[in-house]
Amino acid sequence: MTTVSMTVNGKTVSADVEDRTLLVSFLRETLGLTGTHVGCDTSQCGACVVHIDGRAVKSCTTLAVQAAGTAVTTIEGLSSGGELHPVQAAFRDNHGLQCGFCTPGMIMTSVDIINRHGAHLDEATVRHELEGNICRCTGYHNIVKSVLDAAGRMTTSAAAE
Amino acid sequence: MYSTSYHKAASVAEAESLLAGASDGKYLAGGQTLIPTMKQRLAAPTDLVDLTKIPGLAGVEVSGNTVKIGAATRHYDVASSASVKSAIPALAALASGIGDPAVRYQGTIGGSLANNDPSADYPAAVLALGATIHTNKRAISADDYFQGMFTTALEDSEIITAVSFPVPAKAAYVKFPNPASRYALAGVFVAKLADGSVRVAVTGVGESGVFRASAIEAALAANWSADSAGSIAISPEGVLSDIHGSADYRANLVSVLAKRAVAAAG
Ligand SMILES: Cc1cc2nc3c(=O)[nH]c(=O)nc-3n(C[C@H](O)[C@H](O)[C@H](O)COP(=O)(O)OP(=O)(O)OC[C@H]3O[C@@H](n4cnc5c(N)ncnc54)[C@H](O)[C@@H]3O)c2cc1C
Ligand code: FES
Ligand code: FES
Repeated sequence: MTTVSMTVNGKTVSADVEDRTLLVSFLRETLGLTGTHVGCDTSQCGACVVHIDGRAVKSCTTLAVQAAGTAVTTIEGLSSGGELHPVQAAFRDNHGLQCGFCTPGMIMTSVDIINRHGAHLDEATVRHELEGNICRCTGYHNIVKSVLDAAGRMTTSAAAE
Repeated sequence: MYSTSYHKAASVAEAESLLAGASDGKYLAGGQTLIPTMKQRLAAPTDLVDLTKIPGLAGVEVSGNTVKIGAATRHYDVASSASVKSAIPALAALASGIGDPAVRYQGTIGGSLANNDPSADYPAAVLALGATIHTNKRAISADDYFQGMFTTALEDSEIITAVSFPVPAKAAYVKFPNPASRYALAGVFVAKLADGSVRVAVTGVGESGVFRASAIEAALAANWSADSAGSIAISPEGVLSDIHGSADYRANLVSVLAKRAVAAAG
């Protein structure tokens, strides 16, 4: 057992966990943040993607102890003041989800993609960068549309600030 | 995953002593190979010694004609390093094609080389560029380092600390990725070194892991051109064969990718 402390969605959390505890189990079972999903559990599908210090990683392939001392953001931490994050809003507006199981991971990956590429994002880049996120429903077309739409909204609002 | 104890090393010496104190310990870097393996219960180390928090073990340093990359440097940081991109663009491009963005944020060059997966990308760059692997004990040349599938010259407690790549005159890497895993179904790294010598390394193909394609090297030394690389047929003997591609198919891919790589290197 190790006492693990980290910041999750802006709040400091601390708990005693077994060293083998995966970050995704820590988030879902210890903290009750069930927005982060487990799809494959074999590091392939990206349903479990969260941000650690701003980098999108697979929480099923990270131990909670490895994330000690970091700042973690999950899908629950994206929106603020009751307003959807622009990527969440774009997924809703563009029908970027059907069953929604892959969506938390898709959105966390997409936020990271937009943060890195900003206004230079094009369709080919979105498709390449979404290689680690699998969706069984949408056929990806509307997901790609959502990411490009969100990138436009985010860079316009950043420019306005 | 079986139970394990996690330790954070603050120095290379401490990592070594933590491992020595464990009954069946393993070093942990990005965890992108080790953690999935532990989850499948194919590995069950009693202890994990995390190397990634050791100060100075990550980072890129360029001096003269050498690019030195710390063992704990993440694939993403190699792919996006301005100095790697300008000194050895082929190496940055290789790193940008490993797995997916989440894997690249976590996985490290040291972990990839210690693991020596027969379909991994970095081994091709290390062997083709004639890089040097630095450990806490010695410096190992690429030609001595790779010793077969998942096998290297590393001793049990030896820690890779950095890899030095000589800046080549020209180089390029082209891989044919497995569409599901992104690992190389075949990958060819061609390099013309600063002294004019030619080295060609092939990953994803050999039953004994990464290897140098000496016939292609000889053809390119005589005539550096895409057609000269593509004219060499690779024997399917000793070539991997699985549901993703037969030995004949992979052997043929080597000629095709070698040709594309020379065209890309210019
Ligand atoms: C979905 C997915 C796709 C992938 N696709 C690719 C791909 O396309 N191409 C590719 O090349 N790889 C791919 N990988 C593997 C990835 O690059 C791994 O990150 C890499 O092979 C291992 O690096 P790591 O830092 O994660 O090491 P870990 O998993 O932490 O460790 C791997 C092994 O190396 C040892 N080790 C680690 N660091 C050191 C060191 N400094 N000294 C001595 N021993 C050490 C560990 O003890 C362990 O045995 C993929 C992985 C995943 C999960
Ligand atoms: S659940 Fe983590 S990658 Fe699928
Ligand atoms: S919306 Fe169902 S898996 Fe993507």
